[in-house]
Amino acid sequence: MLIDLVKTRFQQKYRTMAWPDGPAPALPERFQGRPVIAGTCQADCQVCVDLCPAKAVALKDRAPRIDSGLCLFCGKCAAACPSKVITFTKEYRLAARNREDLVVGPGSPAYPDALVEKARNLFGRSLKLREVSAGGCNACEADSNVLTTIGWDLGRFGIQFVASPRHADGIFITGPVTKNMEAAVLKTYQAVPQPRIVIATGACAIGGGPFAGNPEHVHGGASVVPVDLYIPGCPPHPLTILDGMLRFIGRI
Amino acid sequence: MRDSHTETLGILSGETFPVSSCPVTDITSFQKILTGGVEKGQRISALFGAPEKDGGLRLYAVLADDSAGRLHLISTDVQGSYPSLTPACPQVHMFEREIFEQWGVRPEGHPWLKPVRFEAQRTPGIPETRPIGIADFFHMKGDEAHEVAVGPVHAGVIEPGHFRFQCHGETVYHLEISLGYQHRGVERQLAGGPHNLTLFQIEALAGDTTMGHMTTYCRMVEHLAGMVAPARGQAIRGIGAELERMANHIGDIGAMSGDVGFLPTMSYCGRIRGDALNMTAVLCGNRFSRGLVVPGGTAWDIDTRLIDNLHSRLDELEKDATSAIELLFETSSVLARFENTGRLSKETARDIGLVGPAARACGLAQDVRYRHPYGIYRYVLPQMYTWDSGDCFARAYVRWLEIQESIAFVRGMLNAMPAGETRKPWDGRMRPDTMSVTLTEGWRGEICHVAATDDEGKFAFYKIVDPSFHNWFGLALALRNQEISDFPLCNKSFNLSYCGHDL
Repeated sequence: MLIDLVKTRFQQKYRTMAWPDGPAPALPERFQGRPVIAGTCQADCQVCVDLCPAKAVALKDRAPRIDSGLCLFCGKCAAACPSKVITFTKEYRLAARNREDLVVGPGSPAYPDALVEKARNLFGRSLKLREVSAGGCNACEADSNVLTTIGWDLGRFGIQFVASPRHADGIFITGPVTKNMEAAVLKTYQAVPQPRIVIATGACAIGGGPFAGNPEHVHGGASVVPVDLYIPGCPPHPLTILDGMLRFIGRI
Repeated sequence: MRDSHTETLGILSGETFPVSSCPVTDITSFQKILTGGVEKGQRISALFGAPEKDGGLRLYAVLADDSAGRLHLISTDVQGSYPSLTPACPQVHMFEREIFEQWGVRPEGHPWLKPVRFEAQRTPGIPETRPIGIADFFHMKGDEAHEVAVGPVHAGVIEPGHFRFQCHGETVYHLEISLGYQHRGVERQLAGGPHNLTLFQIEALAGDTTMGHMTTYCRMVEHLAGMVAPARGQAIRGIGAELERMANHIGDIGAMSGDVGFLPTMSYCGRIRGDALNMTAVLCGNRFSRGLVVPGGTAWDIDTRLIDNLHSRLDELEKDATSAIELLFETSSVLARFENTGRLSKETARDIGLVGPAARACGLAQDVRYRHPYGIYRYVLPQMYTWDSGDCFARAYVRWLEIQESIAFVRGMLNAMPAGETRKPWDGRMRPDTMSVTLTEGWRGEICHVAATDDEGKFAFYKIVDPSFHNWFGLALALRNQEISDFPLCNKSFNLSYCGHDL
């Protein structure tokens, strides 16, 4: 019995990734990360605006602006652009502390700032979060939860999802915040001792995502509580989520 | 084909027919046909209301005859109220509650007429809209009887729902599950569609079942448009669906292991689940198969280099999963906790219309891939396994058998990919006044979509039945006479979807 346990332990090897001290885990070839805008649009062309199902693209000064907070990363705009102005890169660093920094236009930085000085001082060595799924489809939830597995080992950064808001430093919202969860989100937030933070993860929690426009929800966490960190994606890759949290508290 | 002796419309899953060919009968015959079908071993896959043009409400029912691989469709017009079918046929209890909540038509004599999702008011005459969580919960009184209320916000990183346990000491006499916190109004958005966001909403209908619901939806659209996805696209859909099954089953076995305090398998499986998700990301760039399935086929193809890549990942996954999961089933302290915990009898499972691995773990040989084959499963079929004990062990062990079948299926597909295109172009049009019922075996069980088009070829209605809609009540019954501390284990052994239920 014991011998089987030990044998299996060796078979399963040591699997915690080296990142952030070593290389980041390889992203899939077909991964679509932060978009880059380069070049000028053809006159009167707005195919990207018309095609975007999430209404995440707007035109300004003959160049598109993509709101990565609303973007579902389907890549339709890039595929259809006749001037190839839009490219989705492998950049996984998508998280931002300011909502407006999620908008990508010409000359936008490679990735937005996520560091909040106060968060670094308070939570840099220990950040306990209460996750609140509020209409989330279980994809954001699953890829947040995966950070607690041995591959990612969230605990080594002092970050932990805890069972009660009373034990937490903040809440981590997924889903568009359905009307049926609005009160629960607010109560959970209020149950967290101050100072407290809010992280909104996934397109739903930022702006309603695929359900934008439905009257059954309030289009994201910021409608109910003040958000300190936005992590875009549908769902965000676990690397995007972890990177966002680590940059937020100044660990990388 | 109209079935003369039963007065139902006999169809195959995926067959299309004019909306007008669905027989309309009076409520008495309608109910007689349903109870008669269930007595013969058929299941009610869907029972729902859809508005008529004149403002009335029509109830549609889909009876699944698994032994014949056929479906029976029947409808009736109702107004105000009708005698509840639930006392004679318990498996319709949630469907009747849903009809009452959505359309205000009261099933008189329903023993348990409570809100399903606490949906916001839709139409005039609807029953009172109560704030979420306010319901007439069943209550047990007596010395040492006590109530434990949990949720909507849970301790783990999971979706919200409210659970009430009526206990005497440690023993749970009754568990009541009150959901609706995840309600996003998906079905209502679908009427009049498809819209720009429709595909994305179906992908996120139950985000861990993207392949299941997307394959069902896209097949529905293809049927209504009169087209068929090419074989290579069907094969990639099959690979995606089995990867989804594998990922979730591996994750569930790991989580069940954690819930009995056996940490090695929990740790290994949590990671190995990610390996399966990463294989999906090789297909389409996203771990939850977003953007893979489209009406007409799949958006992505795989070349020989990616096939080799998937092969080597699959070999690795198989090795790791086998060593991690066999360790679990060889550990007697784990088996002692799994066996006889959360037991459901075959009769109960049949009575409440249980589906998927939870039903197969009670000895019911039902699997849509087998009984109503579709897509690539018409040519290649994984073995169906059942187990008789109906307990947590059975639900874990059936999953492990299915993981092995899924691995073999994906390997076989990668070795023999059909040639040609992965998708056919779709012009966005569907035939007017046409209806279809499409069944798929998602990893949790039967997914049933029923849709009809209007005279312009848009969805007149689109009904979704996620397997969780059938199975939540199974969890409630499995908890009876269990210790309350067994709840996490029993819950994980079903691992049902909240958003799939709440829509």
